Amino acid sequence: MSETILKVSGVSKRFGGLQALSEVGITILKGQVYGLIGPNGAGKTTFFNVLTGLYTPDSGTFELGGKPYKPTAVHEVAKAGIARTFQNIRLFAEMTALENVMVGRHVRTHSGLIGAVFRTKGFKTEEAAIAARAQELLDYVGIGRFSHYKARTLSYGDQRRLEIARALATDPKLIALDEPAAGMNASEKVVLRELIDQIRKDGRTILLIEHDVKLVMGLCDRLTVLDYGKQIAEGTAAEVQKNEKVIEAYLGADHKHH
Amino acid sequence: MDTFIQQIINGLVLGSVYALVALGYTMVYGIINLINFAHGEVLMVGALTSWTVVIGLGKLGLPGWLLLLISLIAAIIVCSALNYSIEKIAYRPLRNAPRLAPLITAMGMSLLLQTLAMIIWEPTYKSYPILLPSEPYSIGGAVINNVQIMILVVTAITLTGLMYLVNKTKLGRAMRATAENPRVAGLMGVRPDTVISATFVIGAALAALAGVMYAANYGSVQHTMGFLPGLKAFTAAVFGGIGNLAGAMVGGVLLGLIESLGAGYIGAITGDVLGSNYQDIFAFIVLILVLTLRPQGLLGERVADRA
Amino acid sequence: MKDNKTLQYLLIGIGLLILPLIAQQFGNAWVRIIDIALLYVLLALGLNIVVGYAGLLDLGYVAFYAVGAYMFGLLASPQLTDAFPSIAAAFPNGLHTPWWVVIPLGAVLAGLAGMLLGAPTLKLRGDYLAIVTLGFGEIVRVFMNNLDAPVNITNGPKGIAQIDDISMFGVHFGKTQHLFGMDFPKVTNYYYLFLILVLFAILVCYRLERSRIGRAWMAIREDEIAAKAMGINTRNLKLLAFGMGATFGGVSGAMFATFQGFISPESFSLQESVMIVAMVVLGGIGHLPGVIVGALLLSALPEVLRYVAGPLQAMTGGRLDASILRQLLIALAMIGIMLSRPRGLWPSPEHGKAAATSPLPQATHMHLAPAEQIPPPVTHIAPTE
Repeated sequence: MSETILKVSGVSKRFGGLQALSEVGITILKGQVYGLIGPNGAGKTTFFNVLTGLYTPDSGTFELGGKPYKPTAVHEVAKAGIARTFQNIRLFAEMTALENVMVGRHVRTHSGLIGAVFRTKGFKTEEAAIAARAQELLDYVGIGRFSHYKARTLSYGDQRRLEIARALATDPKLIALDEPAAGMNASEKVVLRELIDQIRKDGRTILLIEHDVKLVMGLCDRLTVLDYGKQIAEGTAAEVQKNEKVIEAYLGADHKHH
Repeated sequence: MDTFIQQIINGLVLGSVYALVALGYTMVYGIINLINFAHGEVLMVGALTSWTVVIGLGKLGLPGWLLLLISLIAAIIVCSALNYSIEKIAYRPLRNAPRLAPLITAMGMSLLLQTLAMIIWEPTYKSYPILLPSEPYSIGGAVINNVQIMILVVTAITLTGLMYLVNKTKLGRAMRATAENPRVAGLMGVRPDTVISATFVIGAALAALAGVMYAANYGSVQHTMGFLPGLKAFTAAVFGGIGNLAGAMVGGVLLGLIESLGAGYIGAITGDVLGSNYQDIFAFIVLILVLTLRPQGLLGERVADRA
Repeated sequence: MKDNKTLQYLLIGIGLLILPLIAQQFGNAWVRIIDIALLYVLLALGLNIVVGYAGLLDLGYVAFYAVGAYMFGLLASPQLTDAFPSIAAAFPNGLHTPWWVVIPLGAVLAGLAGMLLGAPTLKLRGDYLAIVTLGFGEIVRVFMNNLDAPVNITNGPKGIAQIDDISMFGVHFGKTQHLFGMDFPKVTNYYYLFLILVLFAILVCYRLERSRIGRAWMAIREDEIAAKAMGINTRNLKLLAFGMGATFGGVSGAMFATFQGFISPESFSLQESVMIVAMVVLGGIGHLPGVIVGALLLSALPEVLRYVAGPLQAMTGGRLDASILRQLLIALAMIGIMLSRPRGLWPSPEHGKAAATSPLPQATHMHLAPAEQIPPPVTHIAPTE
């Protein structure tokens, strides 16, 4: 039986007069691709930011890999096992692709000042391992040949893939992708879909925010639909598609968004 | 008690100067996210220009207040032209450069202005002539003279005028729009370059005014006189909330009061371990406290949305 | 190929060894210029860790220079024994703390000061960080200038004089030594000491750059939020950067104190901080060769220009002297270089060309996602969606 990777319940978050999230809860099993969708302003990125420590929730309990998880400090999140990508791509622009992914290994390695300055054996071994793993991941996502190119010189699609490689480098229990297909053309989306599929096949668990409904329905095992901060549907793609509230939220006869 | 009132008066006068300069900082930061390190030097140029005019026209036997007025107008013109050029030559080309570049340029500009002033006006301290009748008036045991009254009055009028400009005129609306979101403002037909230039010019005029007031009040001018007031005025702007005009005014006056009262009472508070020669660091302490405890300032900040 | 490189290094090595001996033929003043330039290189390397690697704009760096200098000055001069009879009694021969105590001590103290001064700035964004560090630098200077009352610790504006020269393994650096039939005056002795320190500093920086710590610093510089998301403890790493950078400053300050024999608060002004920042940024921020070149240019060139200043001074009736000219040049350099080459004179090389797939506009503007857009403290955020 598949273990539960992430279990979240009762997450609420208020910003001044706006209730961004009300009692949202999801459960993700190992090896699943779980989708989070909803119209603009529904609270998807807010949920992401709560999960990854950027916002503090007003309420909610979290469990990661069976253990209680409190997303307080942002830098503890990766250590605990959640790695994320960003909607607006946040790469380390002036560093090479390889270095970007090597930074991803930071949280699982530990050589420090002494090692760096005195080039101890432990340091050298670790460095070699970091570089090797980074190159491996670059190859895995398909941009291995750009390892020595500065991140900002890569094409948009390649930058997205680099961000995914970097997230994978942290050896996460859960990898959270924030609109990875944004701004991509059709062929790039195909490549992305294959990549996410491959990541799933290799045993990783993925949480995905996406606007592209086709992509999401094709990829995701289960979905949660948010609207105005509330969870209006949860289930498989097929179930969610037929859900009346979901249809209303997206096509909204009486709804006035923004 | 009269020491207290005296310190209050001194503080308000000093604070008025800070407020005027702080406005320049805050307006520029609000619109292009740049700390104009050279702004304090604009104050200095205003003061020195006014000094030159006053000394130059001194022989004409004009009444003191007229000399002051003429020199003020001259200072405003010179400083406005100066600031406009600085923005156009040194800051505009770097709008999209890595974020350290405009900062370095601004610091270089500050150094350049100081050095040029040192060359043009020579490094000596020069005394600013007394132009207004100097008999002091007595208020509750403290004294206040004409210059100080003038400073308070002129500052109050200027601030009111500025608020009117920003809130009720077309230019003001354009400035506020650009400060909030330059791209959208551009789409609405506002020319950001024009607005930014206008901001620099207005800031310069205020700094020139502050420079003349400062010179008239403290009686001396020299090429390094702008540096510390400039820094403190920036502190005041942050104190009140950067980008927030009301904040700059409040911050400026408050900082002046804190500095004045602090200098007056620090000996008493610390048992004479620290004296008023530590006055200059009050502003920095305030800055550090504000940024640590309430980084958005007293009245909240208003910075451009550079999405 | 390898032989070529080794030959290159050998030649440079020999050149560096005999440089002072050649220069002193033209007068000790020239060696002195080189010595001061080396101290500035050390300072620039230290600041480069803070500004170049970690991206923290420190405008108060001179404070650490002062800490190191005053530390040496207080522990190896008559200042404390003159001011405090109790200390004079404890050290009847005067306070002459040996170099192998003072230098490490100065480094450690400066390092601690670095972390202390850095601590309040951790949550500040770029420009504010600059101003606060500037404030700290000024505060240190004001204290150095005023700690002559009620107890005379620093001797205030008069400064501390009669600071000991260094004496190592029987060699007294302050006195002219005679070896291999040549004269080694004080300036030359110190040259070798400073050269060793600088080379060591370069090695340390080089290794730090290519390590987990170095990458983490650069990640913070590039995008602090993303760095945090990758599990980097940005607070500790920023403190480490401040600390390490400050250590370099402290050692340089200690060397300055012993070399000059006299220190006063005047040498530790904001202008110094600004100049060191200029050296790093104009040279090529984060790039070691560029930083070194920047430091050498900005410190040595104006000195050299004194010789040109003579006629200029005559021409302008005394208004333009060497120090004014130096200031003018530095100011113009700061403006000019930023306008023409905002990444510095010798920035890190642009490796990597644009990839085969056509780059969308977002790709090249990506680096403009500034770290300053860290969402302010949680209670103030409006949702982005």
